[in-house]
Amino acid sequence: MIRTLMRVAWTNLWRDRSVQVLVFVVPIVFFSIFAMIFGQQQDVATRSVSVLVVDESRTETSARVVTALAEDPSLRVHTTWRRGPADTTQVVLDRARAEALVREGACSVAIVLPAGIDTSLSRFDGRGEAVILLTDPSDPVAPRMAAGLLQRAVLNAGRAEAAEFGAASAATPVEDLMPARTREVPVVGRREDRPNGFVAFYAAAIAVMFLMFTASNSGGSLIEENESGTLERVLSSRVGMGRLLFAKWLHITRLGVLQIAVMFAWGALVFRLPLLPHLAGFAVVTVFTAGCCAAFGLVIATAARTRQQLQGLANLVVLTLSGVGGSMYPRPLMSETMQKLSLVGFNSWALDGYLKVFWRDQSLAALWPQLAMLTAFGVLFFAIARRLARRWETT
Amino acid sequence: MEEAVMAVLEVDRARKRFGAVEALRGVSLDLRQGEMLALLGPNGAGKTTLVRALAGRVRLDGGRLSLFGRDLAPESPRPELGIVPQEIALYPSLTARENLEAFGRLGGVAGPALAARVRRALEWTGLAERAKAQVRTFSGGMKRRLNIACGVLHEPKVLLLDEPTVGVDPQSRERIHDMLSALRASGVSLLLTTHDLAEAEARSQRVVIVDHGRVLASGTLPELVAQAGLADRRVRLRLDRPAAAAPAGLALADGGGELTASIADVAGELPALLGRVREAGLAVLDLEVRASSLHEVFLALTGKELRE
Repeated sequence: MIRTLMRVAWTNLWRDRSVQVLVFVVPIVFFSIFAMIFGQQQDVATRSVSVLVVDESRTETSARVVTALAEDPSLRVHTTWRRGPADTTQVVLDRARAEALVREGACSVAIVLPAGIDTSLSRFDGRGEAVILLTDPSDPVAPRMAAGLLQRAVLNAGRAEAAEFGAASAATPVEDLMPARTREVPVVGRREDRPNGFVAFYAAAIAVMFLMFTASNSGGSLIEENESGTLERVLSSRVGMGRLLFAKWLHITRLGVLQIAVMFAWGALVFRLPLLPHLAGFAVVTVFTAGCCAAFGLVIATAARTRQQLQGLANLVVLTLSGVGGSMYPRPLMSETMQKLSLVGFNSWALDGYLKVFWRDQSLAALWPQLAMLTAFGVLFFAIARRLARRWETT
Repeated sequence: MEEAVMAVLEVDRARKRFGAVEALRGVSLDLRQGEMLALLGPNGAGKTTLVRALAGRVRLDGGRLSLFGRDLAPESPRPELGIVPQEIALYPSLTARENLEAFGRLGGVAGPALAARVRRALEWTGLAERAKAQVRTFSGGMKRRLNIACGVLHEPKVLLLDEPTVGVDPQSRERIHDMLSALRASGVSLLLTTHDLAEAEARSQRVVIVDHGRVLASGTLPELVAQAGLADRRVRLRLDRPAAAAPAGLALADGGGELTASIADVAGELPALLGRVREAGLAVLDLEVRASSLHEVFLALTGKELRE
């Protein structure tokens, strides 16, 4: 009987092209947009930052600093700017013009080397002129990056003097002049054989969000069947509500697994998402996630009285959970308090599971907290749905 | 003789209240082996509630239901019972065959038996040629036929039909009644709810009239006529010209163009009645003598026309 109900649900889906588009095509389109936007940002650390540089000192030392800044591949230095919107003649920047450009949003930071700066560099006594940074605080990255790179440029510019003191030769790499030499060793997510691992995070984030929508909508077939009288007929046969809900849950779980699999396959083909090396972990997390989402969808469907109610309720709950649970903004970037708070949403556990598999390379055994929580949420949701469905039972 | 016919389904003082609405107020009836019983009443009379209670979908507040002598609780198995709901309870995206197969399986039929019954059902409903068409493309009458077929795939001995012909054209209605007659001929007992007087009068052996959750009368048409106090024959005389006043024992109708009367003894009273008309100087063009119809019985019992 459960097989019969699942077959009916599957045939209904198979013959409804619009549902197929919503279930399989729309999530892929969304994911592709996200992957394109955030895929470009994966190397944000090496992205060059545009800075305006104003040399008011006009000395040999300040000129060397400007040159060192210009030579830094992490910076795009502008010492001149066009005169106006229509006039493309380049003019040397002064402090007022640089400030105006930062204010307009043309650049997030301007470095001003004031008069007298040549005698105050590398003094280490806190005296003399300071370099002035004109910043736009809405950009949290560029001003800090510029400030850090400025230090390096000053060291670079002063290399000749350092060589005179015997500290290093003029050929010594600037990194070696730093107070502490560093060597960056990525331990997760940046291996040569896995160039685009972080795309998996967006695939999971979008997949889980759409899975919640799919599950709610599929569960909504209960409302339509109730309105058409089919539910009455099915319940008048030998099928009880428990079995009917279980069949719906199995169907939605199967649909969810397929939906996520299609999206990740697309990610692997188009965005080089490393699916094959993580197939086992992916399969396990996907089955548990789909099962939990299916039970969640049944709760939404059994709580709503009409299709319109279902739509409204699903939008509200799914979008809230997606925001809190990390589908819209990665949890690792949230504040610690928010990260803890987001654990009340089952979707954050699902996303953690995918992150463990694709980003942190963890073993199946390490997934147990996520799988246990998804199971617990799933059982709870199914129990709630079963309770809410009592209104369709014997009155 | 009639008393010896076994009741396959019994309803005894069934009561059900939904909030402030008392849907059933002690309904009692029985369905006998091989008969078609019409449950007649206006919308809101309690017919559907009773059918749903028999199907196990409504828990009664009081009273008793039994099927083949076995008490029926909502959760009791009912393998002998088939139900055809008022709604077109079919999956529109599925074909006729797929719907039959699905509801057959849900009714516990499988394997070669299911295939054979589906084939027979398609022929029985006249839908064999449309077996592979999705139900959404069907006419109202075709859907109604399939709706009935889906309720009998498990070969029930008792079939409950809730308004099986509502909203269908006369041709489809005729076809549905042929299907039901065939079922009855095969030994199935049928209980159908209707608010169609002509259907109830023409097709069923007995009628139970319900209104406001109560049984007002039940029995064959002559028994109902007697219960309604309408045992007399109805006489209607059409006159050659409108009469100004009615002779004794007659009433004016149709603006004076007709005279009506009720008589208990046709042979004894009709000649005298006609004599009084002649004495009044009136000429009779046409004469009709008939028993009371179910419509008149219903009117007499409920004091109102049967509303849609």
